[in-house]
Amino acid sequence: MSYIAAIDQGTTSSRCIVFDQSGGIVSVAQREHRQIFPRPGWVEHDATEIWTNVQAVVRDALAQASLTHADIAAFGITNQRETTVVWDRETGEPVHNAIVWQDTRTDAVIKQLGDQDRFRERSGLPLATYFSGPKVRWLLDNVEGLRERAGRGEVLFGTMDTWLIWNLTGRHVTDVTNASRTMLMNLETLDWDPELVSAMDVPLAMLPQIRSSSEVYGSYEGVPVASALGDQQAALFGQTCFAPGEGKCTYGTGAFLLINTGDQPVRSRNGLLTTVGYKIGDEPAAYALEGAIAVTGALVQWFRDKVGLISSAAEIETLARTVDDNGGAYFVPAFSGLFAPHWRSDARGVIAGLTGYISRGHLARAVLEASAWQTREVVDAMNADSGVDLTTLRVDGGMTANNLLMQFLADVLDVPVVRPIVAETTCLGAAYAAGLAVGYWPDTAALKANWHKAAEWEPSMEPAARDKGYRKWKKAVERTVGWMDEDDD
Amino acid sequence: MPGPIQSIQRAAEVLKLLAHGGAHQLSVGEISRALDLAKPTVHGILRTLQEVGFVEQDVEGGKYRLGAALFQIGTSYLDGNELRAKALNWSDTLAMRAREAVRIGVMHGKHVLVVHHVFRPDNSRQTVDTGALLPWHATALGKVLVAFGEWPDGELQRYTRHTLTGLDLSTALDDVRERDWAYDLHELVEGEASIAAPIRDRRGVVVGAVGISGPVERLCESPDQPPRLELVSYVREAARSVSRELGGLSW
Ligand SMILES: Nc1ncnc2c1ncn2[C@@H]1O[C@H](COP(=O)(O)OP(=O)(O)OP(=O)(O)O)[C@@H](O)[C@H]1O
Ligand SMILES: [Mg+2]
Repeated sequence: MSYIAAIDQGTTSSRCIVFDQSGGIVSVAQREHRQIFPRPGWVEHDATEIWTNVQAVVRDALAQASLTHADIAAFGITNQRETTVVWDRETGEPVHNAIVWQDTRTDAVIKQLGDQDRFRERSGLPLATYFSGPKVRWLLDNVEGLRERAGRGEVLFGTMDTWLIWNLTGRHVTDVTNASRTMLMNLETLDWDPELVSAMDVPLAMLPQIRSSSEVYGSYEGVPVASALGDQQAALFGQTCFAPGEGKCTYGTGAFLLINTGDQPVRSRNGLLTTVGYKIGDEPAAYALEGAIAVTGALVQWFRDKVGLISSAAEIETLARTVDDNGGAYFVPAFSGLFAPHWRSDARGVIAGLTGYISRGHLARAVLEASAWQTREVVDAMNADSGVDLTTLRVDGGMTANNLLMQFLADVLDVPVVRPIVAETTCLGAAYAAGLAVGYWPDTAALKANWHKAAEWEPSMEPAARDKGYRKWKKAVERTVGWMDEDDD
Repeated sequence: MPGPIQSIQRAAEVLKLLAHGGAHQLSVGEISRALDLAKPTVHGILRTLQEVGFVEQDVEGGKYRLGAALFQIGTSYLDGNELRAKALNWSDTLAMRAREAVRIGVMHGKHVLVVHHVFRPDNSRQTVDTGALLPWHATALGKVLVAFGEWPDGELQRYTRHTLTGLDLSTALDDVRERDWAYDLHELVEGEASIAAPIRDRRGVVVGAVGISGPVERLCESPDQPPRLELVSYVREAARSVSRELGGLSW
């Protein structure tokens, strides 16, 4: 019997999950890496530490199931998106820490580039600190001598997929989904767009070759490395959302609602992103509309690590259940500004509605409810863009272990919320795409047959309570914008 | 502020020593030698600890081991929500392999509290029953939890003519301890069966149980036979994986 090993290089940790043919988990290994915060708003990772962790989790996951590389039919890769690393082509040394997607240091670059919608037509994205293009531009402008070295072809740029594939196989490639987050790729041609590249002033020589999401890029320890997908696109794939109109929302560090729009990119008029969903080999690409929320699970983590009222993420549910409601408190976690549908990099977080009545239990509620209200905002945008209302929400990711949150989510969306039988859809999607490339699974229909409902939450909130809660939430959001001033850095 | 209290320090030493021994029990003499304390002192400490349930003896005058009350204090640190989060991957995989509904339970007073529920993977209409209470003596989950924990007092209701009580139940629990898994056959609902195995934390203490349930014809070869071994092995494998997640097993 052979297996597929998926490597998920995430924002907070790297993991390797080994799957069998039914999509069942055989083993899991995971390692966290350091979150480096050199200044407020700056977030970095050490790419070398990440590569070390990735090798370790692969080793651990195989050892746990007593497998060797010979038992693995293919490796699949999925990764935190947009996070940007530049390294020396000869030595493999990163020239700087990786700049993480949450990092807001490129605020000034963004303002300088002009109108927010300037690149929307070509790239599908609004100008924001979130994407890789501005981050590599910042490195070129700020790392001594980097621009000259880039011009001479001595350094390479990549998102985390590229960094890993380069280390695993020696090839300098990326996939369409990751490339679609750089703000340098043209959505129609699926190639680097000369105008975008020159506007961002990035030398073409340092960019990887763009490939499909499901094909053999090379091999590691004799095993084909056969897929690469941004984590959110991988989750879409893992949820087997292969038909237009199908979508999912993944709750990890942030939350990301993606809906498959078929073989044509659909432009949003309501603050959503247009992105590539996946591309299997030579088949046409499938596009997606995306509602990206920067902070959901990260707020729970912040509450655990920085506030210290809980000692594990799961305990927030226990604390939240000590009270019946939020006591009037609303927590808008605009830690990296606000992403969809607002795109306000000048916003910062607020807790609104504070009174002497508010206890730690109420705060725990407000922390959890923030994930649900933010989802409500992107679902509203999605409904407005598509003209059809969402009828159920498919969810996945670590936060779906939280029953209180799942129920509240069904309540504020007023639709059933459904979790599939593998909550680790990110890894599953990478495994599926790799398995398809090497013939481990015959086709997408075989994958769809593996999808099963594991839990479902039905809405049960009174409409008046829902409307009032949403009104208060929106008022709290208004209080976050415009917080940053010119002299803030 | 007063300094440290010597008798509490000594009591802690005794508990640590017993915890170290694991299943191995210790006599007063062994403890007094190991800790370099006078026998009467050790005896006094043990008697007090026994009164509050932190240590136990099988027979009067026999050797000592850690008591159930101590484990309950330790256990209460494992939050049910935490257990669910840690178990998510493995309960999903169990449901997929066994093609049956999965539940994870912990003792809550005299009942089994369902802390996690995975639907039977057939996309039929089912509702999440996390938070529900089940009778311990008529479910595989409950038998596991009580076999490795404390027998709650109170009347045991007969749900069917197969429901076990009294001596039969107590013998069944001995079997559970022996086999390290439990089942129920028509004991809660006629025609239904369940299988469960213990989840252990890093100290080896049983902190929960994971199991599957479904119609007897799917879980057993025939209506009066114990469950199919293949399903039992899936359940035990899931329990081991969750235990490993909690640091309860080294691989
Ligand atoms: N029971 C829970 N209740 C609330 N939040 C939770 C719970 N369990 C996990 N989380 C949160 O979910 C996140 C972890 O989920 P998951 O493992 O899916 O994310 P992730 O994939 O590691 O994120 P990334 O890929 O960005 O590193 C953490 O931010 C954590 O705070
Ligand atoms: Mg992730």
